[in-house]
Order: sequence, then C-alpha cells, then structure tokens
Amino acid sequence: MKQGRIIKVSGPLVVADGMEAARMYDVVRVGQRGLIGEVIELRGDRASIQVYEETGGMGPGEVVVTTGQPLSVELGPGLMRSIYDGIQRPLDVIKDMSGDYIARGVEVPGLDRQAKWEFEPRVQVGQQVVAGDVIGVVQETTLVEHRIMVPPGVSGEVIEIRQATATVEEVVCRVRDGERIHDLTLMQRWPVRVGRPYANKMGPELPLVTGQRVIDAFFPIAKGGTACIPGPFGSGKTVVQHQLSKWADAEIIVFVGCGERGNEMTDVLLEFPHLEDPRTGQPLMDRTVLVANTSNMPVAAREASVYSGITIAEYFRDMGYDVALMADSTSRWAEALREMSGRLEEMPGEEGYPAYLGSRAADFYERAGRVISLGSDRRGGSLSVVGAVSPPGGDLSEPVTQATLRIVKVFWGLDDKLADRRHFPAINWLRSYSLYLDRIDGWLRQNVGQDWPEMRAEAMRILQKEDELQEIVRLVGVDALSREDRMTLETAKSVREDFLHQNAFDEIDTYTSLAKQRRMLGLILEFHHRAGEALANGASLDRLLALEVRDEIARAKSIPEGQPEGFDAIAGRIRDQVAAASAG
Amino acid sequence: MLKEYRTISEISGPLMVVEKVGEAKFDELVEVELASGEVRRGKVLEAQQSSALVQLFEGTSGMDIAQAKVRFLGRVLEIGVSSDMLGRVFDGFGSPIDGGPRIVPEKRLDISGNPINPFARAYPSEFIQTGISTIDGMNPLVRGQKLPIFSGAGLPHAQMAAQVARQASVLGTGERFAVVFAAMGITFEEADYFIADFRRTGAIERAVLFMNLANDPTIERIATPRMALTVAEYLAFEKGIHVLVILTDMTNYCEALREVSAARKEVPGRRGYPGYLYTDLSQIYERAGRISGKDGSITQMPILTMPEDDRTHPIPDLTGYITEGQVILSRELHRAGIYPPVNVSVSLSRLKDKGIGPGKTREDHAGVMNQLYAAYSRGKEAKELAVILGEAALSQTERRFLKFAEAFESRYVRQGEHDNRTIEQTLNLGWELLSMLPRTELKRLKLEHIDKYMPKAGAAAGNS
Repeated sequence: MKQGRIIKVSGPLVVADGMEAARMYDVVRVGQRGLIGEVIELRGDRASIQVYEETGGMGPGEVVVTTGQPLSVELGPGLMRSIYDGIQRPLDVIKDMSGDYIARGVEVPGLDRQAKWEFEPRVQVGQQVVAGDVIGVVQETTLVEHRIMVPPGVSGEVIEIRQATATVEEVVCRVRDGERIHDLTLMQRWPVRVGRPYANKMGPELPLVTGQRVIDAFFPIAKGGTACIPGPFGSGKTVVQHQLSKWADAEIIVFVGCGERGNEMTDVLLEFPHLEDPRTGQPLMDRTVLVANTSNMPVAAREASVYSGITIAEYFRDMGYDVALMADSTSRWAEALREMSGRLEEMPGEEGYPAYLGSRAADFYERAGRVISLGSDRRGGSLSVVGAVSPPGGDLSEPVTQATLRIVKVFWGLDDKLADRRHFPAINWLRSYSLYLDRIDGWLRQNVGQDWPEMRAEAMRILQKEDELQEIVRLVGVDALSREDRMTLETAKSVREDFLHQNAFDEIDTYTSLAKQRRMLGLILEFHHRAGEALANGASLDRLLALEVRDEIARAKSIPEGQPEGFDAIAGRIRDQVAAASAG
Repeated sequence: MLKEYRTISEISGPLMVVEKVGEAKFDELVEVELASGEVRRGKVLEAQQSSALVQLFEGTSGMDIAQAKVRFLGRVLEIGVSSDMLGRVFDGFGSPIDGGPRIVPEKRLDISGNPINPFARAYPSEFIQTGISTIDGMNPLVRGQKLPIFSGAGLPHAQMAAQVARQASVLGTGERFAVVFAAMGITFEEADYFIADFRRTGAIERAVLFMNLANDPTIERIATPRMALTVAEYLAFEKGIHVLVILTDMTNYCEALREVSAARKEVPGRRGYPGYLYTDLSQIYERAGRISGKDGSITQMPILTMPEDDRTHPIPDLTGYITEGQVILSRELHRAGIYPPVNVSVSLSRLKDKGIGPGKTREDHAGVMNQLYAAYSRGKEAKELAVILGEAALSQTERRFLKFAEAFESRYVRQGEHDNRTIEQTLNLGWELLSMLPRTELKRLKLEHIDKYMPKAGAAAGNS
C-alpha cells in the first residue's frame, strides 16, 4: 500500500505528503501508533488530516497510510445499550483494554464480534428481495426487535437463508443478482457523512409526546421534526434533553453528548437502566444508544460524533421505527469545525466560524424527517432531531444559534431569568414557537380532546395579556388595574406555577400524559371562567382568591396518572366554592 | 547525548522558531541554554519537516539568536509525583520553593493527563458539608464536582475558598483528605493569606501548593494547573485520598493563553481569546471526578474574577458551560457588609439533586431549597417594586415577602468566617425564615414536611 509522510503536526491537524492515492474524507492511519484520522483537504500530493486522537509526541517523517474507506459506522445487533465515543468505539471495551483513562491508538470494532444473536428469517428461498427488505429479525433487547435489512444497492433472489445463532460477521443469507452473489450478514456499514437512502419523505403529522407540559401543550415537536434548545449555561438545556430521552414516545433514542460534561454521560449511563419506559415497563436503556465525546476528548472526534449518532438513528428509522436523536450540544460541534478551520488557515466568517457553518448545520438537520423506507413493504419511520445550542453569554444573535434557527421548526428558548427564579423547564413561553401546531392539531383533537387547541390558545392569550399588564403594574402599581385584569394576572400566575412549572426530579411530576395535561389546564381555566362570571355578578375578588380550592388546583400536578376522579373532585369543589363565594 | 541546535531563526513574544531540526515532535519538551548558562523550558507547538515552533514557559527576555542552544528532550512535560509532596510548596513549574529537600518521585507523569473514560466514572453523589449555608443549603457541593466561584476584583473569594478548604475537611470519619492549591498570577499578599491560613489551622500538613505569582513568568501559568491536577490525580486515584483542588485565578490563566495565541497570529474568537478556549478549559475542569472502584476523588473549586463583574465575558461564560454550576459573588451584598456575599439567585449547583435527600442530608432539603429560592426571588421583586412605588403600594403578602428577603440576607446568607454550620442548622434556619410567610404561599413544600419541620407559631418571633 502506498504510504505518505508527515511534514507538519499542529495539534489535531497533521499535514502529510506523498498522498496521491487519498480521497477526500478517507480514513487514514497516522504515525507509528496508527492514530485514526480523516482527510479534510487535498493539495497536490499533500493531504491535511484531522486526527481523532491526541497527537502529542508525533513528528515529521512518520508514515501515514490511507485505508481507502470513508469514516463509517457498523450497523447491526449490539447497538442498543452501547456507549460509543465519537467514532463508534465502545467505551466499555476501551475501559477493559486501557483502564480508567482513554489511551491512544486503541482499535475496537463498533459491534461485538463474539456476541451471538438469534436470527429469525422472514423470507424464503426463491423470494425476490430489494434493498430495504427485511430478511429476518433479531430480538436485540426486550424493547427492540432488530430488523435485518437488505443493504442499499443489493437486490435479487434469495438462494439461501437459515435460522441461526450467528455473530454479526457470519453469513445468514445469500442473494443472487444475475451473475453476482451477495453474502448478507447481520451487519452492514455506512459512511457517516452520507444520509441513508429512503423511498420518499413525508410531512410530519403526529406529535412526539414528551410528557413535558410546556412542550406538549404549547410548543410540540412532531415525529420527524426538528427542534433546538438554545440557552445560556445553567438554564437547564441538559435536563430538558435528558427528560426528552427518558419520556419521549419514540421507540429508539440516540443521545449524542457532544463536547459536554463527563459526569452528565455517567448520569445517563447509571440512571437509564433503572428507569422504566412508561408504556412498557422495561428499562429505558433497552432502547437507547449513547454517543459520548466529552469536552476533554479529542476535538476532531467531537466533530464526527453527531454524524456517527445520526447515521445510527437513520438505520433504525429505516427499520420502520420512530427514532429521536438528541444532540447536546451542537455549539461544541460548531466550535470543533471552527478549530479545524482555523488550523487550515481558512478565511473566517462571523466570529471565526467557517463560512460553511450554515450549510453544514442544514445538512445535519435535514437528515431528520418522516419517511417511507426502502423495501417492498413501504414501512414508515421517522427521525426527530433535537439540538441543544449553547450561545456564548446567552446571546442568540451569535452564528450557531442563527444558523440553527434558519432550519429548525421548533424553538424552545431557554431564559436565564426564569432559571434564576427556579422556574423549570425555563422555556420562555413568549419567545418560543412551534411551526407544527397546524399539522398535528387534527391528531390532538381526536386523541386529547376536541377543545384542546382552543384551551391552549386561551391559556396563551392569558399569558400574553399578563405580560402587557405587568408593564402597567411596574409603572403604576397593581391597584390601578381593574378587577378583571387582576383576575387575569392571578390566572396567568396559576398557569405558570401550576401548569408550566414542572419538576423533573419529582417521581410523579416528571412525566405528564396528554390526558392529564388537559385536565390540569382544564381546572385552571374552569376556575378562571367561574370566578370571572362571579366577578361580573359582583362577587369579591379577595374572597375568590382566598378560596381553598385554589391550593388544590396548585397541587393537582401530584395526582398520579390514570386517576381522573381526583380531577373530577377538584372541579366539583371549584363549582361549589365559587358559587358559595358569590352567594354572599 | 542529545543534539544541540544553534539555529534559532526568530524570537517573538513567548515564541521562537528553530530551523533545521529533524526530529522535533509535537508537544515535546524543549530546553534552551542561554549564553549565561541559564536553562529555560518550552514545548513544541508546531512540528514541521525543517523547523519547530516553540513556546517558552519562562519567556524570551534576555535570549539571543546567535548564542542560545536548543535541545529537544524527546518527552513531553512531566512532573515527578510522590506522597511526600503533601505539606510542600512549589513554584508554578513544580520545583520546591520552601527550602525543603528535593522530592524523590515515585512516578513521572505527563501533565496533560488523559481524559477519564465516561464509562469508568462514578457519579458524584456524596454531600460535602462546607459549613456555609449558601453552599450547603442552596447549592450543595458533592465529591467529584467542579464548582467555581465567580468573583470580581476586590471581593472576598480568597476568604471563602479558604473557609471551604478548612471546614470541608472536617467531614467524614477516617477518610483522608488533602488540598491541592494552584495559584496563577495572584499577588503575594493573596497567596500569603492562603499559606498563613493553612499554616495556622494545620491544614498545610495535607496540602500541596503551587505558586505562580503575579511577577512570575506568564506563560508558566499554562503549565501550573496541569501540574497541580496531575498531583491531585495521583493522590486521589492511586493513594485513595479525597482531594479538593483550588485553582486561582483562572482569568490570569486564560490571559496567558491569549498571549500565546496572539503571538501565533491565530484567528481570534470572542474578545481576542483563542477559538479553542473552551476545549482548553475543559481539559482542566474535566479532570475533576470520581472513578468507580477507586476510593479517592477530585473536587475542584476554581476561582475566577469576572472582568467588570460581567458573567457573559468569555472566561466565566465558557467556564459555566463546563463546570457543574457556579457560585457567584455579589458586589451589592459585599457593600452591604454581608459575608460571604453569595448571590443565591444566580448561583447554582447542578449536582445538588443527587447529593441531597434522605440518607444524605435530610428528606426536606430539596423542598426547603426550592421554596427559599422562590420566596427570596419574590421578595427581591417586591423590593424592586417598593423602590419605584414605595412600600405602601405593596400588598400585605408582598410586604411579608419583602421582610423575608431581608431576613434571608442578614441571617441565612450572612455568617462568620469561622462559623461552621451543620446541615441541620442550615435547614432549620431555612424553616425558621419560611415561617415568616403565609402557609398558602409555600407551594414547593410537601404538606407532611410542613407539619413535621415548620416551627410552631410564635417560636420564630423574637429570634434575630
């Protein structure tokens, strides 16, 4: 094989000459230790290489060998419950090999070569198959049936298939395509920077239910949609991301910890196996894949980690699953781009970020969507992407936030003022938006309640009115307001504190079903209407506000799921107490 | 015998270029011998076929192109570590400056360290009692956490850090505890305060001190925290000691980094700081933590002074994105004579939820904490309103919140430098203050906790 030689080492960037054979984005082995790198620029026979590991101790003259392959991930049984670094090396295996710290030059395949899987065929000899067809299944975890698909580019007649207990490398099926015979195993590979193919893409129609009230009720994301959560540090981005990966009604979760804290990944690793999926009662870890490239791990691998994650997510989407990918945080990914761009001495765009930041971000988010997969059964799957953004100083005008907002359809704007007041999730209800409301309202009317969109609209009107009234209160005091306006202020406060505020660490409050959300908001609005009528009939505002039932409305969030009678009782007391208060 | 090069072609700021070198490696340690015989150290920032770009830790003043000799040592910057380092004082580069004997290293370690495998980490969950209510009650610190103090020029961050170092040590029975202290560009007086405090309380016996003072070489500061953390890792994960690392002042560290970046003519990020500031800081802060199966732990308390008290400045901003919370000091409280002047509303400990509750502190801890936050912030809003409209414009309830906020600052936040409160005292004090408020307003508390812990009517009155 042809070898190149290093002529320059500068941090994660290595330049080598004698690289005529290399192609853009080929994976290369760098230096005596054989560190993994990727070609990111070619000039004559010189290649600039970003190296995914620390380059300390490496110098000019050492060899560089190209593998002729683009950076790819291995896709097959064994993905679930794994924790990978940015280039799909399993961190648990690395720990066994190199101890508590991540050493350099460790080479580990993404999928375990020894593990055996029960393969159950779904096609017969003689059958014609095309790319995407499911030839059989493996029950990978209690929650996930792993569908083994004919890889893209392969089709023909099945000439052999066997039920087997097989490793990912053993051939389980053979397909004849004219003269050629394809050996199919449980595993396939796919280059991370190329989106996996599908038959067609469709608009999103169903909500991704997250159990988080401010999201589901006011700013929902659709299955196959995109959302971003920008917010300054301490405003709760990570908690929201964790909540979504715990409770979102997706069948598969891919969580990419991109340049974030090591302890946070450990938290997910230790907590998820103990958490139950609210629908099936199985451990949440059984449907989760983690990609962890913490902030102190090599910066180039951080750049790759979001692509590794989304390729894995697309693979499960192709099986016909609803997949959700969380990326925390895309700002760190953008910073990795900036760092490499700076070392390549490219002309910088805004704030030193490369001019192609916007197009790279768009490429990434466009890989989300609801699709009809390849294959003759036309299964549908979806991939929803939620990206956290960490704008410096909370300034949303910075390039990464702006590049993201141009693409995503849902914006959950975190507000440090709310966080300072310990209002969590600190999603600002006046600034945030969701462009999926119209698309999913049909489903919501049928499945939550015919009046749900109207209830949402009314609650939102009250919150907006509150903002206007607060202006007046700040100028002239609360006494200047009419009784109706003061009632509105009290109701808005109730919506904020009793509905929007949600404690992620409380056993019951952490997840609220749509049905319970409707009941909770229903109580608040019920009181608002009845008290409003009573006011109009001359009842005393102070007496209405002092009613004991208001305290019960506030504590309705702690009524467990599936106990509507608790809400019925409170609604009854609202009627009685308001009536009593207005009677005299 | 190492080759010596007399081929320096350029010296500029803290950097020099050496020509015609064949074997320079990236990050390699370099020695420069001056005409006077003085030896300085540096490291390779860029290794090219024919030349190497070298950063000099002790600066380039007095160096000349013709005479200086350069040696490439074939290894990266290392520090010799040993348990004997406890009780000793070193300069910013790891040489003893307390007149004591040389350290005989048990091991030599690369100061850059390696990232801890997230899979090998144990989640920090052991509550550290610091004796300071604003930390223990409101922003609990746990072992293995990194919790910085965001301060400003002239605020008492040094006293507070010393108090934490002093009081946190008393918790735990029979467990070994040590402090590793790294000073970067702070004044002699501030450094002396720490040393004197450590001496007086005997804490020096279990402390390792690295001193790079304001008049010491600037670029040396880039190595100082890494030296300190390498020693801390050795003590924690090989000797099973619980180590508290205090790094002060990270602002000076970042400025040294900016100096090198500017000398390299790199494209700057915000405010002239290099685009890789986040990555660089994370390589320091992420060295805190616990490793499963190991006894020791590294808890970090970096201190930084925010330029103009601005927390959106890149240094506090990027720090806040990496660390697990922040304790922010307030000039307003300091002016009002309140020590420690912790601005509770904007301070945060991200790991609090794992470190508190039954079996760790007390079952009511989370509720009291959340309720105090909410009530204090409402009280402060009432205060702002009262400034504009006068106290008379406030409702009865708002007035009670206003009084609560004042009492909270003067009794809960304020405490003496040697006042070491237990967590029970802190929690009970919280309940006492909450009893000033109408019971219907206490929505964050569980009813059974209110019944169990709320002081009975009248008990709170008359206290001060």
